[in-house]
Order: sequence, then structure tokens, then C-alpha cells
Amino acid sequence: MSELPVIDVVTRPSETVAPETPAGRRSFLFSPWHLVLLPLAAVMVVPLVWMLVTSLQTLDETRHYPPSLVPSSLQFGNYTEVLQRAPFGRWFLNTVIVTVACVIGNLLFCSLAGYAFARIKFFGREVAFVLILATLMIPFQVIIIPTFLIVRSFHLIDTLGALILPNLAGAFGIFMLRQFFRTLPIELEEAARIDGASRLGILFKIVLPLSGPALATLAVITFMWTWNDFLWPLITIYSPDHMTLQLGLATFQGAHQTNTNLLMAANVMSMLPVLLLFFVAQRYFVRGIATTGIKG
Amino acid sequence: MRLRRVVQSDTFVGWAFASPAVILIVVFGIVPIIWSALLSLQRTNLLSPAEWVGLDNYRALPKDPFFRESLLHSAIYTALFVPLSVAGGLLAAIALNRRVHGIRWYRTAVFVPVVVSTIATAIIFLWVFDPNFGLANWILGKVGLGPFGFFESSNGALYSVVGMTVWGWIGFDVIVYLAALQGIPHELVEAAEIDGAGTWGIFRNVTIPLLGPVTLFLVVWSTINALQLFDEVYLATNGGPGTATYVPVFYLFKLAFQQGVAGYAAAIAYVLFAVILVLTVVQLLVGKRMVHYAA
Repeated sequence: MSELPVIDVVTRPSETVAPETPAGRRSFLFSPWHLVLLPLAAVMVVPLVWMLVTSLQTLDETRHYPPSLVPSSLQFGNYTEVLQRAPFGRWFLNTVIVTVACVIGNLLFCSLAGYAFARIKFFGREVAFVLILATLMIPFQVIIIPTFLIVRSFHLIDTLGALILPNLAGAFGIFMLRQFFRTLPIELEEAARIDGASRLGILFKIVLPLSGPALATLAVITFMWTWNDFLWPLITIYSPDHMTLQLGLATFQGAHQTNTNLLMAANVMSMLPVLLLFFVAQRYFVRGIATTGIKG
Repeated sequence: MRLRRVVQSDTFVGWAFASPAVILIVVFGIVPIIWSALLSLQRTNLLSPAEWVGLDNYRALPKDPFFRESLLHSAIYTALFVPLSVAGGLLAAIALNRRVHGIRWYRTAVFVPVVVSTIATAIIFLWVFDPNFGLANWILGKVGLGPFGFFESSNGALYSVVGMTVWGWIGFDVIVYLAALQGIPHELVEAAEIDGAGTWGIFRNVTIPLLGPVTLFLVVWSTINALQLFDEVYLATNGGPGTATYVPVFYLFKLAFQQGVAGYAAAIAYVLFAVILVLTVVQLLVGKRMVHYAA
């Protein structure tokens, strides 16, 4: 897939999604394109808005046809009731712990390995790199049963460690950072080596400070992948105290199928952190998504 | 002195840097691939000792009605999901590439579902597609359609899953296409304009060929993801009604982790991998010819 524009998106650090139309053309208040864009945006947003509206309704209002699109009163109590019925705080904390650990792990280990594969000529480098690349092609389902057995042999089943340890480093991150490091001018590093700097010093003082956009992209990708992962927690975690938000949400759904208003409140809470981060760091999300498909 | 030289050698430093990640990937990536292959040749429930059965698991697969049904559903799902999300993503990206008032809001609206998790998406759509109180039946009723059972009807459940996942994924295709559209050099468009090409001519002869590689990437990527469908099915339909939305990964999960038929499940995983691999290679070969041809 070498001809794909994947790495391009990463290596053009300052680029954002910018309008492509020739300079000088003004944006008009109305254009026929609105007739296409408005229904499109509506289809994407209306389900989310309706979720929000439902989360603020009474149960009676949700059992009403035609659907009431405006709540008669705002039942913020739904949110506190969700927090009383299920340990959402605990699930949130677990997810934060797992996600932060995986993001830090990936940034650190993929940087180290990516730098070694990009710049250090060591014995066995090519073989190791090809092996790592090969794992990129394997769908997770193929390895899920043995991975479960390995994690079980480490006595990590039903602990957060089961979610963290296998995901501390990934082939994708190594590959992406290696490609990025190779685009950096090598002269700086050579000069530093002549001045007697160690490899570790070069990586942390010269290479990584120049790699902000690539590291941010990897962080966002790892964050989204970990935060939204479902199948792996479903298999490895049993006790409610160790669940992640997605798994907790799924069990909450199973237990409260008919309490639509509570279910929607729980859903809103579960996606709020990701949505906030999305609005703050939309640029990196867009670049990260353009770099790879990252939905679970 | 000698130790110092070893420690400073490129091979030592290189492995010191690479080994944490390499060890993790070997333990949780390479070893499981081989182990999985061995499992698929065994009859095992992961608890009691395994029994070697050769290729029996693979031989049993074609006769298994659940497996055949899973494959059929997966084929239908993929055949709908891939064209809908890729072509839909292209059309949406073209509209979102216009410099009209409020374009940033439109883009954000289309991007947002991408960051919504599969589980949250399934919970939203269980409600939107609720046969009695859902928004979908109400809106469709306004234009004289329905009511539909959606996830609860054996004929409609799979198509409802298609609709839900296209909603969740299309933003991804849009983002990739937008980046590609903005990468098209102005000189090419201007040259075509000077040569007297109209809007459609430019689109047909400049834009479309230049989007070839991206389209190939999206088709391959969407196909791989479509064949690995699990989360949304697990939550929205749990394979049902009956077995109407059984897909391979869902069946594999039930076998391995609910019924303890791990060896057979590993065989399913390997067959699925083979299907994905063959389809990807075919798409890349066909695509390479077409993309090359156009450019």
C-alpha cells in the first residue's frame, strides 16, 4: 500500500483541513450547496441531539408517539440517578487509567523502537522490522484466543493489566514514527553525536521536540482506540469494578433496556470526554483519522 | 573498557531501544499467530487437555449451517456497506469542500460520529430504530413509509446494521477524501479550465482519476472492517432475531468464549483471515490496474 497517501498526511505538519477553492472567492450566505449540506448534517446530528433530548425527559415522555422532540422539563436528575445505579465514576476512572497508560506506553516504546529502526544500524534490524510489519496485517480476531490464554497465564484476567499490558506498544506506532523520524534532517543528529551526545539524549532533546505533530497524532489514535475498545474488555473483564466505560455501558444497557431516558443519559456521559477532546484537538483527530482507520 | 565498548555499540543500543516494543509485539502478536494456527488443529475447550484432530475443524466448517449463514450475512453486509460508505463519503466530501457559509459547522457535524464509540452508536440506534417510539419510523411515516421493525425484524435487521454503521463510519471516508481533494494541485484544475473543460469535465477527467489511490485505500480498508464486524451486532441485535445477523466474528466469539469450542473458533478465525487476505490482494491488484490506467 505504498502509494497510499497515509504517511503524507502525517509528514505535512502544519497542514489542516483548509478550503481548496481559489483565493479571492468569497463565501456566500446562501449557495445551492446548502440544500445538500443541510440534510447531510441533519442526518448526522439529529440522532445525537435526540439522544441528548431523551436523556433529559421523564420515562413517560419517552414512551410517547409521535416522539416528543422538546422535553417539557429538564430532568437533570436522570444523570444523578445513572450515577447511583451504576459505578460510572469507577468505569470512567478505569478507562482513564487504561487509556493514559496505553498512550504513554505507546509514545515511549514506539518512539524508542521507531528511532532505532530509523537511525541505528543494528544486527537483526531488518528481520525484526519485517516481523513487526507482518503483525499489522493480522486481524485481531485471529489472535484473540491465544492472546487471552497468554494474558491468563500472567494472571491478569479481570484486572486492568489485561487491558494495558498487550497494548503498551503497537506495530502501527513504530512504523508511523519510524517514517516520520526519517524525514527529519539527519545533520542535527550527526552534529550532536560529534559533540558527544548519547543516542538517548539525541532522541529526547533533538528528535522528539521536532516530532510534535507525529506524536500528537499517535497519542490521539491510541487514545481513541483504547477509549472505545470493546471486544477485548468484553472477553477479559468480569467484575463491575474493573470494567471500562464501553463495557460498563453495554452491561448498563442490558440491565436498563426499558429505561430509555437513563440509558441515553449514561450514553451522553460516556461520550462527553471524547467529544470535549475532539472539539479541543479537532485538527489532530482529523489528521489521526486520515492517517488510519481507528474505530474499534 | 570492553564492556563500555559493547554498551556503546550500535547493536547494543539498537536492541536496547527496540526491545521493549519488540518483546511486547512478539508476546502479544507473533506468538498468538502461531498458537492460533496450532489451536485450529485441536479440539479444545481451553481448560481440559487438547486433542489433536488434524484438519477436522476446517473440514467441518463448510457443513456448519451457522458458519455458512454468517458468511452469507457478512457478504451481504460488506457488499452494501463498502459502496455506501465510500461513494457516500466521496459525495459528502465534495459538498463539504465548497467554501460556503458555515462550512466548518457542516464538517464538524459529519466528523463527530467518527469519535462516537461503536457501543454508544448501537445504543443510539436501538432508540432511533425503536419500532414503537423511535424517530426513524416517525420520519418515514411522514413520507408514507413503514412502520418497520428494524433490528427486531428478521428481514430488516441486517440492513438496519448497515444503516447504523454507515452513519458511524462515513465521517472517516469524508475526512480521507477531503484531505485528498485539498491535495489536488490548482495548476491541474486551472489548466483544464483554460482548455475549456466544464465543471463536470474537470470532475470526470481531473478529480476522479486523482482520487484513485485514496478510493482504493478506502475500499480495502472498509472491506477489512466490514468483514470484522462485531461490536454493533453484539449490542444492537446479539446476532438476532434468531440468527438473522450472525456474522463470523460474532459466531467465533460465541463459540470460543461462551461455548468453549476454542479449536473450531480458531479455524473460523483463520478462514476469515484468508478471506480478508485474498480479497485485499484482489482489490489491490485490480485497483492498481485501474488506478494506473486512469492516471
